[in-house]
Amino acid sequence: MIAGLRRNPFAVIALIAVSAALLWLMAHQAAAKPGGIFWLGVLILWALIWIGNDALSGLATTSSVAVRLRNLAVPAIFGITLLLLWQLIAKGFGIPLVLLPAPSDIWARLITSLPTLKADFIQTFLRAVLPGWIIGSLAGFLVAILCDAWGFLKRGLLPLGNLFAALPIVGVAPIMVMWFGFDWQSKVAVVVIMTFFPMLVNAVTGLQAAGALERDLMRSYGASYLDTLLKLRLPAAMPFVFNALKINSTLALIGAIVAEFFGTPIVGMGFRISTEVGRLGLDMVWAEIAVAAIAGSAFYGVIALVERAVTFWHPSYRAQKGS
Amino acid sequence: MAAASVIEARELSLTFETADGPVYALSKVNLTVHDGDFVSFIGPSGCGKTTLLRVIADLEQASEGHISVNGMKPDEARRKRAYGYVFQAPALYPWRTIERNVALPLEIMGFSAAERAERISRNLDLVNLTGFEKKFPWQLSGGMQQRVSIARALAVDPKLLLMDEPFGALDEIVRDKLNQQLLELWGRTKKTVVFVTHSIPEAVFLSTHIVVMSPRPGRIIDVIETKFPKDRTLDIRETPEFLKVAHRVREGLRQGHSYDD
Amino acid sequence: MTLAATRSRPSLAGAFAHGSTLPVTIIVLIVIVIWYLAAIPMNRVLSEPLIAAAGGGLGNTLSISWSLPRPVLPAPHQVLIELWNTVFIVAPWRPKSLLYHCWVTLSSTLLGFILGTILGVGLAIAIVHVKALSRSLMPWIIASQTIPILAIAPMVIVVLGSIGLTGLLPKSLISMYLCFFPVTIGMVKGLASPDPMQLDLMRTYNASTTQVLWKLRWPASLPFLFASLKVAIAIALVGAIVGELPTGAQAGIGARLLNGSYYGQTQQIWAALVAAAVMSSGLVWLIGFIERRVALAMGGRP
Ligand SMILES: Nc1ncnc2c1ncn2[C@@H]1O[C@H](COP(=O)(O)OP(=O)(O)OP(=O)(O)O)[C@@H](O)[C@H]1O
Ligand SMILES: [Mg+2]
Repeated sequence: MIAGLRRNPFAVIALIAVSAALLWLMAHQAAAKPGGIFWLGVLILWALIWIGNDALSGLATTSSVAVRLRNLAVPAIFGITLLLLWQLIAKGFGIPLVLLPAPSDIWARLITSLPTLKADFIQTFLRAVLPGWIIGSLAGFLVAILCDAWGFLKRGLLPLGNLFAALPIVGVAPIMVMWFGFDWQSKVAVVVIMTFFPMLVNAVTGLQAAGALERDLMRSYGASYLDTLLKLRLPAAMPFVFNALKINSTLALIGAIVAEFFGTPIVGMGFRISTEVGRLGLDMVWAEIAVAAIAGSAFYGVIALVERAVTFWHPSYRAQKGS
Repeated sequence: MAAASVIEARELSLTFETADGPVYALSKVNLTVHDGDFVSFIGPSGCGKTTLLRVIADLEQASEGHISVNGMKPDEARRKRAYGYVFQAPALYPWRTIERNVALPLEIMGFSAAERAERISRNLDLVNLTGFEKKFPWQLSGGMQQRVSIARALAVDPKLLLMDEPFGALDEIVRDKLNQQLLELWGRTKKTVVFVTHSIPEAVFLSTHIVVMSPRPGRIIDVIETKFPKDRTLDIRETPEFLKVAHRVREGLRQGHSYDD
Repeated sequence: MTLAATRSRPSLAGAFAHGSTLPVTIIVLIVIVIWYLAAIPMNRVLSEPLIAAAGGGLGNTLSISWSLPRPVLPAPHQVLIELWNTVFIVAPWRPKSLLYHCWVTLSSTLLGFILGTILGVGLAIAIVHVKALSRSLMPWIIASQTIPILAIAPMVIVVLGSIGLTGLLPKSLISMYLCFFPVTIGMVKGLASPDPMQLDLMRTYNASTTQVLWKLRWPASLPFLFASLKVAIAIALVGAIVGELPTGAQAGIGARLLNGSYYGQTQQIWAALVAAAVMSSGLVWLIGFIERRVALAMGGRP
């Protein structure tokens, strides 16, 4: 059956669309505490979507647009199905809100609490995460250049940097809260410390990444240290720098949110999560997590886009053209 | 010809669909290999020698035409473990010692421990590597590694041996020695060997049949039969008959090779 | 790197030029000096009246700034004393002992790490073998790395608490959740790392999927496994510590941090931090040690 489907994209798409639509309709009926036949139907529809998705993922195409569409559609269908099942199970089995709110509850909460969510987002993301990420990464980068210029510093600092990069640095949060107060300043400090070491270690590695041949070439031109740095070694280091920036984007969000567990003014994503958990307002917690997820992915996505523009020459991008 | 045919290819074609358009790797290939033959494929780089060998081994599927191995479809033959394959590179597993590398196919095919030990020592002895059982691949030279991979292919004692430039990366002296050992082995065990090479002397020295191929699209332009005695030594390379055959191979290669591209 | 430094110890000048022991020592010394100096101005708010009462002077300033009971920044020796007192003076099974708290955190770290590794490896094996799964699940696994998962730690603890799960398991689940990501990603790469020729070789033997997995994919993936395990165990420890925060936990490194910040016990916070650092580097070192042993057994070049 799957082999047959593989040759007929329209049948596959129709199968998925109809099954998903039926599942969507059933999700609206779920609150009525339905019986066994209902759940059997859900299982069958789920299986049908899975079969359709499996066929879709194995669809033989040569056009690159179709490949790209397929690579987007398959995970999207998987995610949507999961959301629908979540909705069905949460509503159908009447799972209490304090355990697992249904996606519809979370959505309703998200819509009605937009002002609160916005204030939290500004406090945590714009005031703490972004400045901390910029300062920490920049500092790490500058120290890496210093290390690179002065070998003694590199040999002294790099082992320590490697050590620190693996330490549970979030633990400094209570100290920073004590030093810099409850507001965003202490969160920035935590984020700076957390993002400094990954950037240091990666940038130092990156600055050594330029090949010996290319370096000899620069030497044969009689290029100065600065010329070599700007024209060869910094460009060669960019993939490593962006790798650190991506790692740091996640670390920064974690650092800011966890630091808020140790004390905040009454606003912020981490604060909201911990207080709403205390009041068993799980729908609000999930709404906050959804915002954090969207912000985190968007942050990461923007960095990835800039990376693509800056390091287009890197083999990892050239290789992607074919697949 | 009394011997049964081991490989039978009729109008075999293979096209690779790539992002930059189709690559015609094989075009209308006709080939018969009889039991006990030693057949060499020779031809310029990229003419489809490896591809043809891979089709025989069911590592690649033909787009058109018909092929049988031992009278079966290639995938049946592979399932019956009808052949041993020696790749262009040793492809040893770096985490296994030499003896355990040779043991790999034996483990997979479910031989008993005693049988395994016996076959390992016999085949390592055959390729002159006794004493290296406990070494790891990186502790051996490139030529020794390639000999291990030959021992590994021989360990399951296949009737049909498919070898893709097994001595390509070796120096002339080692190559001569291994050529002679391979010839002895073939004479003794009456195996059928299909052998890919770039070297004209090697092809002429080893083979009963030399298949000359040409590129774009890959096809067979000549099949040359040699009639040297089975117990020949390297000295025959100086004889006029040898040079005559070598000349014919060279001419065939030259014709197939278009210099205008 | 340290190995090279200890093996060739020709001269001080040589160490200065090549080894890293001396530079590291010097940098650490500089940090300690700065630390001591910084403690003076940072503790000024608390120390000023005391210094004035004692009659001022450099000696008083130093001795008082470096020995306050609840300093803003404790001097290094104060942290060491706190460590000494809580590690060696108190019996390790008493809640006053730092070792006790380390053990609480370590046990949930290890449990979560083991669960997360099993889950991560299992998922990677499934993803490598089922194409539909890799196409549909992999993008989500990668995307979920951009989400601050630690943020849901409190929720997990409370939700599990409300259905009666308390103690070790909820914290371990957070560690597990954090560490299965790096393991899955690393193992998907590792299990797919054998080169085509090695896979073709297995095909010529007509090897079964399980045989290819155990004889080729699994051993080939071990370097990737250990690289991800080092990341995973460090992050599992972070997960366990953060998991101890929301319940106002009674025990564990996280509880020490939280208690310390409630009551202004700075030495306690710093001591807990040092303990966490030692545990983290110890665990990472342990994985590295096992990795070297395994690599040696598998014919890795020494
Ligand atoms: N997997 C593949 N996808 C696309 N094209 C391929 C693939 N494998 C081989 N080819 C193409 O098929 C042609 C024949 O390749 P093949 O490897 O059989 O050559 P060969 O004769 O063995 O060359 P060499 O002597 O260099 O080993 C070449 O043009 C090659 O580019
Ligand atoms: Mg080839």
